[in-house]
Amino acid sequence: MTLGARFALGRLFERLTALAAALIVLALGVVLVDVLRDGVGVVSWRFFVDEPGAGPTEGGIFPAIFGTVALTLVMTIIVMPLGVGAALYLHEYASPTSRLAGLARAAVHHLAGVPSIVYGLFGLGFFVHALGGALDAATGQALKWAQPGLLWAACTLAVLTLPTVIVATEEALRAVPSEVRLASLALGATRAQTLGRVVLPAAAPGILTAAVLAVSRGAGEVAPVLLTGVASWLPDLPGSLSSQFMHLGFHAYVLATQSPDVDAARPALAGTVAALLVLTFLLNLVAIVLRARLRRGMEAS
Amino acid sequence: MEPVKVRIEGLEVHYASKRALHGVHLEVNTNEVLALIGPSGCGKSTLLRALNRMNEVLPGVKQRGSITLEGDRIDQMDVVELRRRVGMVFQRSNPFAKSIFENVAFGLRIAGLTSTSELAGRVEQSLVQAALWDEVKDRLGDSALALSGGQQQRLCIARALAVQPEVVLMDEPASALDPIATARIEELIHELKTRYTIVIVTHNMQQAARVSDRTAFLYMGELVEVGRTETIFTNPSMKRTEDYVTGKFG
Repeated sequence: MTLGARFALGRLFERLTALAAALIVLALGVVLVDVLRDGVGVVSWRFFVDEPGAGPTEGGIFPAIFGTVALTLVMTIIVMPLGVGAALYLHEYASPTSRLAGLARAAVHHLAGVPSIVYGLFGLGFFVHALGGALDAATGQALKWAQPGLLWAACTLAVLTLPTVIVATEEALRAVPSEVRLASLALGATRAQTLGRVVLPAAAPGILTAAVLAVSRGAGEVAPVLLTGVASWLPDLPGSLSSQFMHLGFHAYVLATQSPDVDAARPALAGTVAALLVLTFLLNLVAIVLRARLRRGMEAS
Repeated sequence: MEPVKVRIEGLEVHYASKRALHGVHLEVNTNEVLALIGPSGCGKSTLLRALNRMNEVLPGVKQRGSITLEGDRIDQMDVVELRRRVGMVFQRSNPFAKSIFENVAFGLRIAGLTSTSELAGRVEQSLVQAALWDEVKDRLGDSALALSGGQQQRLCIARALAVQPEVVLMDEPASALDPIATARIEELIHELKTRYTIVIVTHNMQQAARVSDRTAFLYMGELVEVGRTETIFTNPSMKRTEDYVTGKFG
């Protein structure tokens, strides 16, 4: 091959990679434009703050927004301590030859590949029936916890997002140079002090990234909550952790497939999807701003 | 004052599969600078880390023999107490992602010191001793990571001094620095030995000759020779030492 041909091949390859990158932007653009164009008619203030009306095209979607936010928050509260704890064990405590750590890592990788509806079935069987049933039996209540509800849906989503959190947190811990751990130990710090005062603060922005990833993943998943707590039409907001709730993703599914007149439901559908996208975006934004502040704070102080 | 600060007897260290040190007998005197020299892999860093039990951090390390600090066996000491008495400065500067002040105060805080005025006093004193105070006194709240390489290393020295150790271990403390920063660290070592006992590992023959009172030459995990630094460099008793210090191998 001549030198010219080799350079041409190199340029061609560069263009192909640029094309691949452009395709991603294009895909996002198409989704956004499509959704916003259809939704613009219904996306009024009232649509977001009203409760749903009698039919799918009437009223607003506030309970679905509230349900999605509540679900995502409870999920985050459950998954972060578990995921960060597991990552700390795997990366900081377990020896490289540890049996438990090997099994846990394999489990993380396999969990990440399980289809999300399987999580839904697992949540129904384990959280709702087994755990909820035991809780009811223990507290002498009939069917309070042994039915789908916010807590169980959040638990199911927490299991689903656990691998994401563990992998991202381990990545953050790995980015903390081992020299600073040694420096801390050499100053007479115990292992726990080293973790709490040196490693975790240095890894905090990365751990927040883990939370962002979990939130984005969790807020958009429908299949796992389908069987564990979501309701298709429920004007009341969830009053407790055992309440059922509406969910934007599921609401979009209902509007698209369960409505008697699919065409009439189109604007509401687009509005719902727009709300879901904006919500995910906002949750991401909050986490990103937090992370940026943390980083700045660390460099400054 | 006890003239012998640290006494090493029959020290043997094994990593998972290989023997890193074998039959080492060595004494470190109070307020002297002892240099450990030898080719890469001779065990000099392992010997240094044995003195504050940092080898225990590495998996699969086995150790035999006895090391005493002022007559007390260090393997029977509380490791936190030992590391407070025997401080360490690493090859590459490794400040925490915290402010200059908090870096120096770290060891004091984990030891339970909370009084703000006392902390401030000890931080200043340590920075003065590490010849860094004048350069940073107006920006103690700034991130330590913004300092230059040489300043970071002096900060790490200040951090080690803050807990008022008796012995300071230095693992090639200037190997990543430029000549000017290196010269400052060497001057500093000279000043520090009036208060501290210093054991320094170095690859640099001239540095060993400049900073140390006595020099120990290690080769293949064994202590070949130890003596006054002038003697080791000008009139060593072992052929192997002479070959190494004159640059025939290394």
